[in-house]
Amino acid sequence: MTTPFLSVRGLSKQFKPAAFSSGPTVTVLKDISFDIPRGEVVGLVGESGSGKTTIGRSILRLIDPTAGEVMMGETDIARLSPAQLRVQRRRMQYVFQDPFASLSPRMTIGQILTEGLDIQRIGNRAERRIRAERALELVELPADAFDRYAHEFSGGQRQRIGIARALVMEPEFIVADEPVSALDVSIQAQVINLLRDLQVRLNLTMLFISHDLAVVEYICDTVIVLYLGRIMETAPTAELFARPRHPYTRALLSAIPSPDPAQRQARQVLTGDIPSPANPPSGCVFRTRCPFAIAACAETVPPLREIAAGHKAACIRDDILAQ
Amino acid sequence: MTVVSMQTIAGKPAGPMRRALGRFFSNRAALVGLVIFVPMLLAVVTYPLWWPYGPNAIDLTALNKGPSAKHWFGSDGVGRDVLARLLQGGRTSLMVAVVSVAISTVIGFVVGAFAAFGGRFVDGISMRLVDLAMTLPPVIFLLVLASIAGTGIAPTILVIALLSWPVLSRMVRARLLELRERDFVVAARGMGAGVGHLLFRHGLPNSIDIIVVYATLQIANAVLLEAGLSFLGLGIAPPEASWGNMLNSARSAAVLEHFPWQWMFPGAALVLTVLAINFIGDGLRDAFDPRSDLN
Repeated sequence: MTTPFLSVRGLSKQFKPAAFSSGPTVTVLKDISFDIPRGEVVGLVGESGSGKTTIGRSILRLIDPTAGEVMMGETDIARLSPAQLRVQRRRMQYVFQDPFASLSPRMTIGQILTEGLDIQRIGNRAERRIRAERALELVELPADAFDRYAHEFSGGQRQRIGIARALVMEPEFIVADEPVSALDVSIQAQVINLLRDLQVRLNLTMLFISHDLAVVEYICDTVIVLYLGRIMETAPTAELFARPRHPYTRALLSAIPSPDPAQRQARQVLTGDIPSPANPPSGCVFRTRCPFAIAACAETVPPLREIAAGHKAACIRDDILAQ
Repeated sequence: MTVVSMQTIAGKPAGPMRRALGRFFSNRAALVGLVIFVPMLLAVVTYPLWWPYGPNAIDLTALNKGPSAKHWFGSDGVGRDVLARLLQGGRTSLMVAVVSVAISTVIGFVVGAFAAFGGRFVDGISMRLVDLAMTLPPVIFLLVLASIAGTGIAPTILVIALLSWPVLSRMVRARLLELRERDFVVAARGMGAGVGHLLFRHGLPNSIDIIVVYATLQIANAVLLEAGLSFLGLGIAPPEASWGNMLNSARSAAVLEHFPWQWMFPGAALVLTVLAINFIGDGLRDAFDPRSDLN
């Protein structure tokens, strides 16, 4: 197998209580490992609080992971010095969830788009402007947006500006953190198609974070299912949607609304809430909500095992996985 | 506000600063403040061009004379023109206020930025220092500082500047801490921005509202502080004129009773100036508050 573009190994993140105050240490991510081949889109799905955003931000070192490595080629992003990191930052960009919070209200679109080039000292003023206008063109916005302010645009347009801001750096890798979940459904499709189109055209490698399984199925090559900061299952998209193995994935998939009434029977509803990451269950973290949990689930942490080519799941119930 | 209405009303896209100014100019109290303050400022700055008397010029034919065509605001016990001293005093008072507030604003912003971006340890230390500075009784602190620094313009500026930065540093720190977690600042960090860029491209523009408002209101405060210090004989020393040391003359019962023009005019100037600046400051505060659009 060729070396993947991005290789995450043993990524963990703990949040400790603030100095001079007591409180539990919260383990948000535990031992996350996965690869992203060049030019592919890997989807990260899970409930709120499962650590999706933390993974995305840890990879880009927007927060510092507690342990683990993030190999991009030969460089370990997690261990770069600030000066080295600065240089690497132009290779990787982040698209934010909230298009209203992610654009500065005091800057024009032009200033927002050229900010990164400015920070990285790429080109002169005129060249930066040309690159920004080219990025606007890529996201199908008119060039006269350059001198306007973010508040003059709608949510969907703002999200395109957010995407343009990432593209202007000509990155190889993009983390898209729920890029459409704050948008109207009618706008979601536009932005998703745009993202998909750009990904193919520019041969971008992408980590796509979402809780919308339909979107993930459409845009991703591989899917990682996350629960309470642990990987439950990972498989190529078609395989995962056709043959989900892990009980959690099955529950998630059965929750997708279907337009076909004949398919609406096997709905499996999970009871209870996601446990607090400050006080996770012993053994398998999903066992408290798992309909197939047995006594042994509380004893051992299930390892992520390969059960078919490229298909891994973390569950000790072989009988369930085989179904 | 939709794109269409923005364009039809303003003709061209309005930045947040322009909208704030629009709100400011539709505030009646703020306009009254401007109408009082701007002519006063002009008079104070230009008076040597149109008023024949200097602040320390002595007219021996007019000792303790009341207002007349020659001396509009009368003259004092040694024959100096009260209007000339009033205008010169305004120069001193406003200069002391503006310079000391400029210094304390810079100190306040730097300390606030340092606390917000310096990490937990630096934050803890600097905020405890601010706590300490804020728990000192201001009057006593002022008197001690003033007696160390001495009298004159420069020491007075120093004393006022050192007294008034802690509150601003608190506000700047709070704003920057909040800003640090905002997505557009995280985005800038994701593009490799250093502390300098974050501070001056995002921090300063997004805290300019609190800085401007604070500085404006603080100028009014500093005028009062200077007057208080000078009144007590610790600020601007005679023969240099300031509103405070002109009021000082009212301590003599004879002046208080028989020559009211010697203290009434500087007192009125002080009150009007402080009032006008406070109106302007309140107007600016409302103008910068986006919620005031709803009214």
